Amino acid sequence: MNRRLVRNRLALLALLVILAAAGAALLAPHLPLRDPDAVDTPNRLHPPLTAGHWLGTDEFGRDLLARLIWGARVSLLAGVATAGAAMLIGVALGIVGGYYSGWTETVVMRLTDILMAFPYILLAIAIVAGLGPGLRNAMIAITIVGFPIYTRLARGIVLSVREREFVEAARALGSPDRFILVRHIVPQLLSPVIVAFSLDVGAKILATAGLSFLGLGSQPPTADWGSMLATGRQFVILSPHVVMLPGLAIFAIVLALNLVGDALRDLLDPRTYPR
Amino acid sequence: MLLLVPVLLGVSIVVFMVLHLSPGDPTEIMLGSQATQEDLARLRRELGLTEPLHVQYLRWMGHVLRGDLGRSLWMKRPVLDEVLHRFQATLVLTGSSLLLSTLGGLALGLASAVRPHSLLDRLSAVTSLFGASMPVFWLGIVLMVVFSLWLGWLPASGMWAPYGGGDLRDLAAHLVLPAVTLAAASMTIIARLTRSTMLDVLGQDYIRTARAKGLIEGEVVVRHGLKNALIPIVTVVGVQAGYLLGGAVLTETVFAWPGVGLLMVQGILARDFPLVQGCVLVIALTFVLINLAVDLLYVYLDPRIHYE
Repeated sequence: MNRRLVRNRLALLALLVILAAAGAALLAPHLPLRDPDAVDTPNRLHPPLTAGHWLGTDEFGRDLLARLIWGARVSLLAGVATAGAAMLIGVALGIVGGYYSGWTETVVMRLTDILMAFPYILLAIAIVAGLGPGLRNAMIAITIVGFPIYTRLARGIVLSVREREFVEAARALGSPDRFILVRHIVPQLLSPVIVAFSLDVGAKILATAGLSFLGLGSQPPTADWGSMLATGRQFVILSPHVVMLPGLAIFAIVLALNLVGDALRDLLDPRTYPR
Repeated sequence: MLLLVPVLLGVSIVVFMVLHLSPGDPTEIMLGSQATQEDLARLRRELGLTEPLHVQYLRWMGHVLRGDLGRSLWMKRPVLDEVLHRFQATLVLTGSSLLLSTLGGLALGLASAVRPHSLLDRLSAVTSLFGASMPVFWLGIVLMVVFSLWLGWLPASGMWAPYGGGDLRDLAAHLVLPAVTLAAASMTIIARLTRSTMLDVLGQDYIRTARAKGLIEGEVVVRHGLKNALIPIVTVVGVQAGYLLGGAVLTETVFAWPGVGLLMVQGILARDFPLVQGCVLVIALTFVLINLAVDLLYVYLDPRIHYE
């Protein structure tokens, strides 16, 4: 199994990119970087490869390399945390909605129907509008908008597994519901949920960056890829690098996450072999 | 149709709650920081904000059903007028993006399915991976820099030229960049789905029969193949329509396209809640109607499907 993952060199490269970004983000306070928030207006908008500023500076003369690496902390954390929270809530509701028929199922499924009746990003924006702009609220909004997909996924699997012989046998032996759920049903969910999660982290990074771009996510001066893009937009004519670099960072990390997610799917879900 | 009622009711409750989740007091926004406590209390009573939540919801719903979405605090005019006015621009943008992504996606998907593993198929796979990973707002900025700032071929923002213009050519020139930006991701998704569905269908026995009876390949692919692959394709196009309506918010912000999305973002930053509510309600309603249209289209595409 592992050999196939290794053979998929592209996925391995992508994994390295993710690990490098995560490593840099985690170690940011210990790396020899400039202060990401230190304003130095005489040295504003330097292009990349300027002495002392490898990736140049932004409109306030802040070091872009430092801001990109500190920004990775925010963006990666936001992606992993929102996808993780959405997964936990969604899967739990999906198990409940799938295993227990009756009003529990009705309530859970109507709730997801209603949330899915909104275009994804629109609902997130609306929720942030209510809660007020800020990274924490943006993450809450994206989690709320994101969990119904997991609910649908988990419920679908639980519904089919619930009727299988081994579950019926467990029930006939008198096993309590909790035991059946933990022992027989949750393991069936693991690989599809892992695959969905790995593909979802990238989508969540994009969503958080989108909200920050609109001015609804992390607030200045916090370095975050989405808000760096938004503020750099005004200087795009003279200094395109201020916009290109954070955009490339988002693109590279989401691309890497998607590649790893695809590889994981090939590995864990034998029905979807690439043709 | 009746199935829509609970969903619409739920949508209206969510939209209503969004306003009432907000920690700020709308009366303070309306009267400003100079207002006295008595003024605030009086306005709160006048607006009915002292009443229980369900009473407020029912009254709001009553107004909405009569087409009254309230007055914008920021623009000082009826929300519905403003939203409907701006909605035309959003419809032009999302409509042309949907057309572009559907036609482009179908063509690309069909070409990949007819010749799997060809150069075009591989290119399409790479583009679809890129499309799914690229932030739509960044793509917009890149296209804007290249095609309007560097090459000077297309206008960078807005819907009409500030002077002169105003005709269809002017609109088309302004529409190209935002429509392509918005359509890019959807097109790659539609292309991938068309490819995989077509590959399934083209492996069926009736396709072999059609070929065996001597039909030309084009007719086999389009009349026997594509027609049977349409149901999943229509489903994903419907989903993409919703994605485009949401993505329009970002695209409109990048290109200063005067649609509902831009209006909503401006409304949020101005803390104009009736306006934001109106925008969300109209977009969500459109999305629900699109989903209904997709469901009805199934019946047309596959006579075996019928709804009770």
